[in-house]
Amino acid sequence: MKVYLLCLGLFCIGLYCILRKRNIIKIILGFIIAEYAVNLFFILAAYRMEGRSPIFAPDAKIVNMVDALPQALVLTAIAIGLANVALLISIALRIYDKYGTFDITKIRELRG
Amino acid sequence: MKLFVDIIPLFVAVPMAGAFLIALVARKIKWLPALITNIITIGLVFVSFFAVKLINIHKVLVYDVGAWKPPMGIGMVLDGFTVFMLTTVNLAAFFVAIYSINYVERFTSKWKFYTLFLFMIAGANGVVITGDIFNLFVFLEIASIASCSLIAFGTEKHDLEAAFKYAVMSGVGSLFILLSIVLLYSYTSTLNMADISNVLAQKDPNNIILMISALLIMGFGLKAGLVPFHGCLPDAYTSAPAPVSAMLAGAITKSLGLYAIFRIFYNVIGMNQALSSIFMFFGALSMIVGVILAIGQWDFKRLLAYHSISQMGYIVMGIGLGTPLGILGGLFHLFNHSVFKTLLFLNSGSIEYATGKRDLQKMGGLSEQMPVTSGTCLAASMAISGIPPFNGFWSKFIIIIAAVQAGRYGYAFLAVLASILTLASFTKVMKYAFFGKLKDGANSVKEAPFLIKLSMTSLAVICITGGILLAPGVYEHFLKEAVDVILEGTKYSSVVLQAVLK
Amino acid sequence: MNKTNEKGMSLIVKTITRLTVGIMLLYGIYIISHGHLTPGGGFAGGVIIALSFVNLMLAYGKEVTLKKLPKGVASFFEGMGAILFLGIALLGFTGGYFFFNFIAKGEPFRLFSAGIIPLFNIAISLKVGAGLFAIFISLVLLKIEAEKK
Repeated sequence: MKVYLLCLGLFCIGLYCILRKRNIIKIILGFIIAEYAVNLFFILAAYRMEGRSPIFAPDAKIVNMVDALPQALVLTAIAIGLANVALLISIALRIYDKYGTFDITKIRELRG
Repeated sequence: MKLFVDIIPLFVAVPMAGAFLIALVARKIKWLPALITNIITIGLVFVSFFAVKLINIHKVLVYDVGAWKPPMGIGMVLDGFTVFMLTTVNLAAFFVAIYSINYVERFTSKWKFYTLFLFMIAGANGVVITGDIFNLFVFLEIASIASCSLIAFGTEKHDLEAAFKYAVMSGVGSLFILLSIVLLYSYTSTLNMADISNVLAQKDPNNIILMISALLIMGFGLKAGLVPFHGCLPDAYTSAPAPVSAMLAGAITKSLGLYAIFRIFYNVIGMNQALSSIFMFFGALSMIVGVILAIGQWDFKRLLAYHSISQMGYIVMGIGLGTPLGILGGLFHLFNHSVFKTLLFLNSGSIEYATGKRDLQKMGGLSEQMPVTSGTCLAASMAISGIPPFNGFWSKFIIIIAAVQAGRYGYAFLAVLASILTLASFTKVMKYAFFGKLKDGANSVKEAPFLIKLSMTSLAVICITGGILLAPGVYEHFLKEAVDVILEGTKYSSVVLQAVLK
Repeated sequence: MNKTNEKGMSLIVKTITRLTVGIMLLYGIYIISHGHLTPGGGFAGGVIIALSFVNLMLAYGKEVTLKKLPKGVASFFEGMGAILFLGIALLGFTGGYFFFNFIAKGEPFRLFSAGIIPLFNIAISLKVGAGLFAIFISLVLLKIEAEKK
C-alpha cells in the first residue's frame, strides 16, 4: 500500500509543478514527473508477491511470474511520453527564441 | 459474412501509410503531398459510406487484429455509433483537405502540414474504431500530438504560446486517462472494452468505479474542452491555421472527447442517474458560459471558439439526458455542429486569406467583394443559431423537446436562452464583417480561389439539406443505428463478444 | 574521428568515446536481433543506437557526427522504418488478417524464429533510432540558431 501512496505523492508533486511553477522548463519537468508516477504505478500494480520477471526461457519454469502485459504497455506509454516531451521542449525553445524569457507571467499576449 | 470485414483496419492504416509516404518520398515534389492527402480523404469518405451500408446489414462487426480473438487480442469494433462518428470525422477531413490546397500555399514546407494532418485523421479514426481501451489511449495521443504541432505550425509568437498551453493541458488530460486505464486494468484484469464491461457487471459497484469515473470525466473533459476545463481551447483555435481550427472543432474534439466519454460511460461502465445529472450540469454550464463569453469577442476566430464550447454543451446535455429523443438530438447536433463549425472556421480562414484580418471591427462590407464567403457564412450562422429549415434548427429543437419531455424545464429554458444569445452574436458577426460600409483600402479585396469556394459551398449545401437525415427512410440507416448502440447500454459487451465468435 | 579535430570536448573524453561508441552500436544491434528471445527489442535497441550517435555528438561536436550520419539520412531511415513496419503489417493480409504472422514460427529459442516479430523489431529500431537522433539534432540546431540571433 505504501508504494501506491508514493506514486500518488509523485503524481501530486508533478501536478503541483505544472499548476504553480512559472518557469516553462519547470512545468515540463513537472509533466515528466507526473508521467513517470503513472508509469511506476502501472508497473507496481502488476507486481505479484515474490514474483519473478516474466521471461520465457528454456530452463525456467513458468511459475509465479509478475503480470507481463503492463510492462509492454508502459513501454508504449514511455515512447508516447518521449514524443510529448520532445514536442514540449521544442516549443519551449522556440518560445525562448521569440520572447526571450521562460517566465509564463511575461508570455501572456493571448487574453479573453 | 466476413466478406468485407477487411476494410476496418484501413481507416487507420491508409492515412498512416499516406503520412509516412509523404514524409519519405513526396517531400521534394511540391504538388504530390496535397494530391496524396486528397485521394486518401476522398477514399476514406467513400469507405465510411460503404461501412454505413455494411452496418445496416450486420449491425456489428469485429475485426481480430493479427488473427488473435478479441478478449485476448486487440479487436476493432464497427457498429452504428462508430460508423456515425467515422462519417462525421472523414467528411470534415475531406472538405478541410480540399480547402487546404489553396490555403497552405502561404506556408513553407507544406509536406509537414500534410503529414501531420494525415496523422490527425489516423488518430481520430483509430480512437473511434478501436475496441481496446489502451489502443484508444495510443490513438488519442497520436491525434493530440499531431494537432499540437499543427497549432504551432505558423511558429509565430501567439501560435507557440497557444500550442504550449494546449500541449500541457492535453498532456495532463492524457495522464488522467492513463491513470484511469491503469485502475480499470488492475480492477478487471482486461483491456478489451466489451470484456471490461462484462467483468464490471459481475462486480458490485464501489468506490473504485467512482474514482475511475471522476478521472475519466476530467481527462476526456480536458480533451473535449467542456467548461471547467476549457482554458486552452480558445487560444488554440484562434492561433492555429484555419484548416487546423476547423479540424480541431469539427473532428478532433468530437472523436477524442465526446465519442470516448459516451462510449465508455454508456457502453462500458454503465450509465446511472447521478452520472446523467453530472453530464447535464456540465453541458448546461458549457452552453451558457461559452455563449456569454462569445458575445463580447471581437476576434472572429475566438468568437467561434467560444461558440464551439457552447455547442459542445448542447451535445453533452442532449446525450446526457439519456432518453432516446435526447440521444438522437445530441448525436444529430454532433453531426450538424461538425458541419457548420467547420464551415465557419473555413469562412474565417478565407477572410484571413483575402484581407489578412481577424478583428471584426476592422472588417466591413465584405459581402460585395466576397459573395461566396458571405453567402456560406450566412448559411452557417443561421444553422448554428437554429433557424429553420437549417440543420441546426432540427437538432436543437429535438434536444429542447427531449428536455421538456423528461421534465427538465430549467435545462430546456437554458437551451433556448443559449440559442437566442447565439443568434445575437452571429447577427453581430454578419453586420460587422459582411454588411455595412466598405472600409478604406478594402476595395482591392478579392474572393478566395476556386477550391476554397468549392469546399465552402458544399458544406453550406449540407447545412441547408442536413435536416433530411431525419426523414423516414434515411433516419433508419444512419442516425437510428447510432442511437440504438448508445441505448443498448452495457449490453454492448454481450453483443460484441457474440460477434467475435461468429 | 581524427584526433586533431579541435572542436568538442577534451582528449580524454574523445578517446574514451572512440573506444566505446563501436561497442555501444554493437550492443544495440545485439539487443535488436535478440529482441524476441531476451528482454529488449526494437525500442530499447533503437534507443541504444541513437545514444551511441548522441555520445559521438557530445564528444566531437556536430560537424563530425553530421558527416557520419547527415540529418537527411536520419529522417530517411525514420520514414523507411515506419513504412517497413506498416508494410509488414499490411502483408499480413496475405494470411487473411492485418498484422497476421504469416511467416513460419520456427523452433523456440532460435535466432531465426517467431515469424514476423524480428522483422518488426528491425523496423521499429530503425524508426526509433533514427527518430531519436533526428529529435536530438533538431533541438541542437534550434538552439544554435537561437544563439546566433
